[in-house]
Amino acid sequence: MSDMRPFTPQDMSLQPPALTPDYRSSRLRAPSHKLLSLEQGAGELTGPTFGHDIIGPNDNDLIINYAAPGAAAIGEQIMVHGYLLDEDARPVSQALLEFWQANAGGRYRHKKDGYLAPLDPNFGGCGRTITDETGYFSFRTVRPGPYPWPNGGNDWRPAHIHFSCFGQGWAQRLITQMYFEGDPHIPLCPIVQTIADPKAIDRLTARLDMAHTVPMGFRAFRFDIVLRGRMSTLFENKLEGN
Amino acid sequence: MSCSQSASQTAGPYVHIGCTPRVAGLKNMYGGNDLGADIFPPNVAGRKIVISGQIFDGAGDPVLDAMLEFWQADASGRYGANGPCGGWARRAVDPEAGRYELHTILPAATADEAAHVKVWVVARGINLGLHTRIYFEDEPQGHDPILAATNEPSRRSTLIAKRSGDDAYIFNIHLQGDKETVFLNV
Repeated sequence: MSDMRPFTPQDMSLQPPALTPDYRSSRLRAPSHKLLSLEQGAGELTGPTFGHDIIGPNDNDLIINYAAPGAAAIGEQIMVHGYLLDEDARPVSQALLEFWQANAGGRYRHKKDGYLAPLDPNFGGCGRTITDETGYFSFRTVRPGPYPWPNGGNDWRPAHIHFSCFGQGWAQRLITQMYFEGDPHIPLCPIVQTIADPKAIDRLTARLDMAHTVPMGFRAFRFDIVLRGRMSTLFENKLEGN
Repeated sequence: MSCSQSASQTAGPYVHIGCTPRVAGLKNMYGGNDLGADIFPPNVAGRKIVISGQIFDGAGDPVLDAMLEFWQADASGRYGANGPCGGWARRAVDPEAGRYELHTILPAATADEAAHVKVWVVARGINLGLHTRIYFEDEPQGHDPILAATNEPSRRSTLIAKRSGDDAYIFNIHLQGDKETVFLNV
């Protein structure tokens, strides 16, 4: 029997607003009406589930999952690991996580990315995994490079990895980005700065994890993701209207 | 609550690399299969329909880099009852016209809600994924709470797919402007 308690609301003091003019693309893509609140029903409390059978043995190893046999992606080899939790620190298990990123030079394998950094023939930039019963996940990759992007000025994205997260219900669906501790572009980036709360930005920043860094191997970075939790009772989430 | 929820960040223009790598041109990633290509197993019961449309920005231009996800009940009104991820699909809009097309079955109404398909929209320039719903113009709307709360006809009509053929519906999404779609705080 699945948990049918409603999810806690999105915390709009932590989430970015729709319209963030310094991030130019939001200007014509931000709805101007207030979101219509609704009472969560069966369809918000449930969501798609994914079995381990969809995951291939190298899906969580971006260093080799697009590489020719015996070859590897170029760049600083890292492991990213952490826990998918909810707001009550409960593990979100059996959840699909998908990742995508630029290569070590800051170039995406995408026909619309024309940045001068070369493609790496052995790097696709895409991976996925399913969290275990403790919410734990890990994957290997190369550290992505920072890159410039058209936003009206001299804008550079900090090195980042995109994360797509499924939880236990449709209402928990989340896409976010992970940054790296100490990156000087974090405070300069208009996309990062769509988030007003510095602590919320800090929580999207992975930490160097020497305890899991492999000597003469690869460095580890720790990154936890927190999805919306559950209300304590069934009827707290009222329809508020438009 | 002991943890703070993670903030959303835009899916960016390259979301297709991570979520629909086959469409993005990553040859043979995940065996060449994108998740969510089929919303239900082929033998699922129900009336087969096709929903298609485009996404537009506030200037009326099609959005060419969006990804949509869909989640719906089956023809008995049940969610998640047709195998893992049955009732769920995702689409990259096509990069030339920003079109999507979903072959599915008509969902049943539930006790509280009229028949609808849930939609989640992400793209460059969207900081927090946008939720909306596709209702159907020729299905009873009953006392659906979302339709009841959107009592202004021009707003309500943004949630209702228009029939364009025997089993075909059109549902366009307008992110901003006079025709702005009603988006939901789920």
